[in-house]
Amino acid sequence: MTGALALSDNETPFGVGAALRWAVVRDLRLALRSRAELGVQLLFYVIVVSLFPLASSPDRTLLATMGPGVIWVAALLASLLSLPRLFASDFTDGTLEQIALSPFPLPALVSGKILAHWLTTGLPIVVLAPMLGLQYGLDAEISGIVMLALLIGTPILSLLGAIGAALTLGVRGGGSLLALLVLPLYVPVLIFGAGAADAVRAGLSVSAHLSLLTSGLLIALVGAPLATATAVRIALD
Amino acid sequence: MLEAQALTARRGAATLFAGLAFRVDAGRALFITGTNGTGKTTLLRILAGLTMPAEGSVRWRGDAIAPFSPRLREDVVFIGHAPALKDELTAEENLRSLVELSATHPTDADVEAALTAVALGAQRTLPARVLSQGQRRRIGLARLGFSRRPLWLLDEPATALDAAGLVLLSQMIAQQLATGGTVVAATHQTLDVPAERVATLTLS
Repeated sequence: MTGALALSDNETPFGVGAALRWAVVRDLRLALRSRAELGVQLLFYVIVVSLFPLASSPDRTLLATMGPGVIWVAALLASLLSLPRLFASDFTDGTLEQIALSPFPLPALVSGKILAHWLTTGLPIVVLAPMLGLQYGLDAEISGIVMLALLIGTPILSLLGAIGAALTLGVRGGGSLLALLVLPLYVPVLIFGAGAADAVRAGLSVSAHLSLLTSGLLIALVGAPLATATAVRIALD
Repeated sequence: MLEAQALTARRGAATLFAGLAFRVDAGRALFITGTNGTGKTTLLRILAGLTMPAEGSVRWRGDAIAPFSPRLREDVVFIGHAPALKDELTAEENLRSLVELSATHPTDADVEAALTAVALGAQRTLPARVLSQGQRRRIGLARLGFSRRPLWLLDEPATALDAAGLVLLSQMIAQQLATGGTVVAATHQTLDVPAERVATLTLS
């Protein structure tokens, strides 16, 4: 597997698999050492979702209608909040230079970092969603669909976000610029992700929504690492 | 053999250097000196393929190198201004991670020996956060100890090192030159390296 991918990358004979593993292991270890930061991001997600029932009327049908959308918006914001962490510290301490000068293909190293980012922020968002859905009285079927849509959608958020995070490296006020850059890109994911639950409620098939989300994921999986790697190289110049 | 032809670098509107040309053969070192802001770091970043020169070209073993060229990335060790250490990781984990990034797989004994060689044996399980500046630099030296790569580009490698650290650095560079490697280093300190192997370039 490494051979074919490395050659199609047309860069070096060194393995894509080894590069992925290096980046995932390192970033997961770093994330475990700074658990507090991860906890804050998840707490943010939980709190944002929990604020809406407090602010609106306790009408069961209203809550059940808006629940999936609120969970999705909170997932978007939590993902956005965690994006600067992806490259900023590596950029400041010189690690990113070493990563870019490594014989491993840069898109593979970047993919590993994105995968670690999703495992530490996206996956917990997916797992917590059914529990948060209880506040909105979501039944098991809707909760399941929300979870499934998040499972396909949150990796897209990490992939698209990585492009923005790399593009805003070294830019003053990069955080707010990142939000402006990335949130519009998140809109299609939000529409099809939250729309899946609406379709179930309306008695329609969810396959259209999920298929579109999945195709979006596939496109992002191919394109985002290459775009991010290019952006990283530009940032280092 | 590393060769620079008519290199010009600009930062914004200011020209750092223009028409710079030099050649460093295998087994030779080039020490770059010059006051602050004369472009030592920029020159090293150009040689490493991190930055595009405004004009001119760099050749490594006869091939013109493009930024991030795969060929160069397999041959070069670049130790930059920033030490590329993670505060959360221990000295051992930092070193291992940097060495593995260059597609080398050291054993635990290798890593321990390399850290002991730079007098960090006792600190190897401490997080980098608690290490002094000099000790952090020494992790970079330990990295050089692993390197069998022909080209070393070192940006101020002597900063924050004590006398023993300087001796260690000089020994490593001398060893690299003796085995036919090439070294380009920006440095203010005088390093104890065989003078016949060293050329100095002063930027102004």
